[in-house]
Amino acid sequence: MPIQNNRLSTEDLALKFADVHPPFEHAEGAAIEADRCINCYDAPCTKSCPTSIDVPLFIKQISSGNIKGSAKTILSSNIMGGGCSKVCPVEKLCEGACVYNLLGEEPISIAKLQRYSAEKAIKGKWELFERKPSNGKKVAVIGAGPAGLACAHALSLQGVEVTVFEKEEKGGGLMTYGVAAYKVTPEFCKEEVDFILSIGGIDVQYKKELGKDITLAELQQKYDAVFLGIGVGIARSLDIPGEELDGVVDAISFIYELRTNDFSKIAVGDNVAVIGMGMTAIDAATQSKRLGAKDVTLIYRRTENEKPCTEVELDLAKLDGCSFIWLASPKEIIGENGKVKKLVCNKMKLGEPDTSGRRAPVDTGETFTMDVDMVIKAAGQIPFEELINKSSVQNKSGKISINNKTETNLKGVFAGGDSVNGGKEVVDAVQAGKDGAKGILQYLGV
Amino acid sequence: MANLQSNFLGIKSPNPFWLASAPPTDKKINVIRAFEAGWGGVVWKTLGSQVKNVSSRYSALNYNGRKAVGFNNIELISDRPLEVNLKEIREVLKLFPDRAMIISLMADNDRKSWHEMVKKSQDTGAHGLELNFGCPHGMVERGMGAAVGQDPDIAKMVVEWVMEVATIPVITKLTPNVHSAVPGGLAAIEGGTNGLSLINTIQSVTGIDLDTLVPNPNVGGQSVFGGYCGPAVKPIALKMLTTLAQEERIRNIPISGIGGITTWKDAVEFMLLGASNVQVCTAAMISGFKIITDLCDGMSNWMDEKGYKSIDDFVGLSVPKITRWEELDINFHIVAKIDQDKCIHCGLCYISCEDTSHQSIDIERGNPYNTYTIKEEECVGCNLCKIVCPVNDCITMVEQRKGDEYLNWIEYEKRGLPLNDH
Repeated sequence: MPIQNNRLSTEDLALKFADVHPPFEHAEGAAIEADRCINCYDAPCTKSCPTSIDVPLFIKQISSGNIKGSAKTILSSNIMGGGCSKVCPVEKLCEGACVYNLLGEEPISIAKLQRYSAEKAIKGKWELFERKPSNGKKVAVIGAGPAGLACAHALSLQGVEVTVFEKEEKGGGLMTYGVAAYKVTPEFCKEEVDFILSIGGIDVQYKKELGKDITLAELQQKYDAVFLGIGVGIARSLDIPGEELDGVVDAISFIYELRTNDFSKIAVGDNVAVIGMGMTAIDAATQSKRLGAKDVTLIYRRTENEKPCTEVELDLAKLDGCSFIWLASPKEIIGENGKVKKLVCNKMKLGEPDTSGRRAPVDTGETFTMDVDMVIKAAGQIPFEELINKSSVQNKSGKISINNKTETNLKGVFAGGDSVNGGKEVVDAVQAGKDGAKGILQYLGV
Repeated sequence: MANLQSNFLGIKSPNPFWLASAPPTDKKINVIRAFEAGWGGVVWKTLGSQVKNVSSRYSALNYNGRKAVGFNNIELISDRPLEVNLKEIREVLKLFPDRAMIISLMADNDRKSWHEMVKKSQDTGAHGLELNFGCPHGMVERGMGAAVGQDPDIAKMVVEWVMEVATIPVITKLTPNVHSAVPGGLAAIEGGTNGLSLINTIQSVTGIDLDTLVPNPNVGGQSVFGGYCGPAVKPIALKMLTTLAQEERIRNIPISGIGGITTWKDAVEFMLLGASNVQVCTAAMISGFKIITDLCDGMSNWMDEKGYKSIDDFVGLSVPKITRWEELDINFHIVAKIDQDKCIHCGLCYISCEDTSHQSIDIERGNPYNTYTIKEEECVGCNLCKIVCPVNDCITMVEQRKGDEYLNWIEYEKRGLPLNDH
């Protein structure tokens, strides 16, 4: 069977794409878990959260029955605290730092508790924030992703009039378009964006793309300041023969399709090879499998020890029945009638440590060939270098350079998120948006 | 195997655990279930002039997710016909002749009523009587229960009435709703009681429903003070028990210890502070009669471990260890020590000491884990850090005497030794 859609029934798909980390079903469950928390001082969980959510406080608030206060504690630090509770790799952040780990006990289910309160606030449309009266300042934010929205919310809170320009039809950025569907649904993403915007003072102009519909120069003129939260987005190419064949897709586009269409409409092959071992690679592999692909193989040029994804994510792929080939690097994709047929890989071995500190993969000269009908490239994303250079914003290979006040080389132009750091977690982008807002407010003298 | 057999005023039971006079002992069906589970004896729920109860009756104090760390009730004495109670008591006695059967009594406040009640009760063949001078709600307003226990003269008089006709051992149950249980205990002894028991419940309000603003338990929009019991009252009960055990004129009177006993450890503690046996209620109400298994087993294993052959071997052993503050040794000094290998860096020791105690813990900030060490010269040895530490034996208190000799406050003051200068 070649690449095709509609491999599974609607019921099967619903089951496969159901919430991977289900919420607490009852208040009692949340309360029991909340009461396990010992409420550490200068808590390691809080220190391990890029947005510094006061975890012991919000958990104590669940325990005391103050759910509204709990939601406010979470969302004041991280306005996307609802989505982050579903997509954060908590095993290497808050939960990974929980002191219970040092006792050999299960860490507190911080994400699940966070979801409990934040989701209630979002679904219940709780009015937790009150915007200060307008101060007449106008700021343009480019990108309605986590960085842009966090920046816009923090600015609006202080009375700034914010206009957000978003190239897509919906807000949320990668939360909406780039995360595995079993972690967060499009409906939730919309509710979350609506919740953020409900503070008022934020006008989002959708389908407005930088470089096409708007220019930075024009925004600089019209607004008192500009925040660039444009993210990254171009999939890194493999630079090997056969990449143009029918059946070779990049993971970002694949997941984008999944997030914007019915699952039944997404085509996958029988034998899918996913190149890469980051979070996006896992998302692409597991979802291929869940769409009905027979065999999904993740191919990574280093060993399991160097993998960029977390153990929890790897386990997810294992449980979904994905296979792994370590120490292999794609050499060539062979086609037949323009369609993918085989993937040839170089066998690698580990050499000396590279600049990342990890041992670099070295070609052994040996190869192997596998039958595949689909290749998903998930070897990382690269910044919008050309776009950025057009605006004369200082950058390093497309990654925007900012000073310690988040300002770029252009006066009044600030930046943050993936477009600055090259691509990190949603929670990092939220913090970058907050930092950007802080820099802008200082700049505006608000 | 240790021998758990108990002999309280000649009343024998296979173990020292009796069910206290309360709802679990108010009828045959419960008591049979209790004896089948292994309880050593029961104090049958208080008999007296028949009353009518209200609904609801109980409420609880929950803490940090634990339900019923404290419990209260506004039930009165038995609301069943006296004759039914007496008949059932006879039947149970026949079915379980080896278990202790004590009947709790609260007659109307006159000599004749008490005489009648005592006679009818001992006619059943019961092994002993317990005089309820402690019930803090409802009966008090009728001049009974705690109203008797709170006035030593009345208590003495009632005990005298009882002793005029009693042919079986009499235990007087004291109220904790007094500044000291000793006068009431002495009065009962002067009146001729054979034994004492304490504590009865403590007047309380466990909480308020924040929607209706009605305190618990809610009886049609109103509430009354209820009798507090359960684990939360244990420390108060132990203190009251100790004051009796330390009193010269009470020392030879057997005491049945009551008040929040939930585990065998609690029971051992009561006995170490002078109780010859113990009575349990709330723990059984919360978890059922099966708790008797571990109460007996745990006590037995502890006794084996410590080499006590029978329960009398350890009753009262801790009484002399509670002294007057003035006699404490000021030269005794301990300082906290944190085992860095066991520390999980929660910082609870630090923040409790820093915010509310003596600023005796150093912090070295780390990411994400801080390191905490004791400033020995500042530590007063208060135990707070050890109490809040979630890891067993991570914080230990190490003895660092201030001087070799035993030195109490009286002597310290006499010698004019220096007080703190900061």
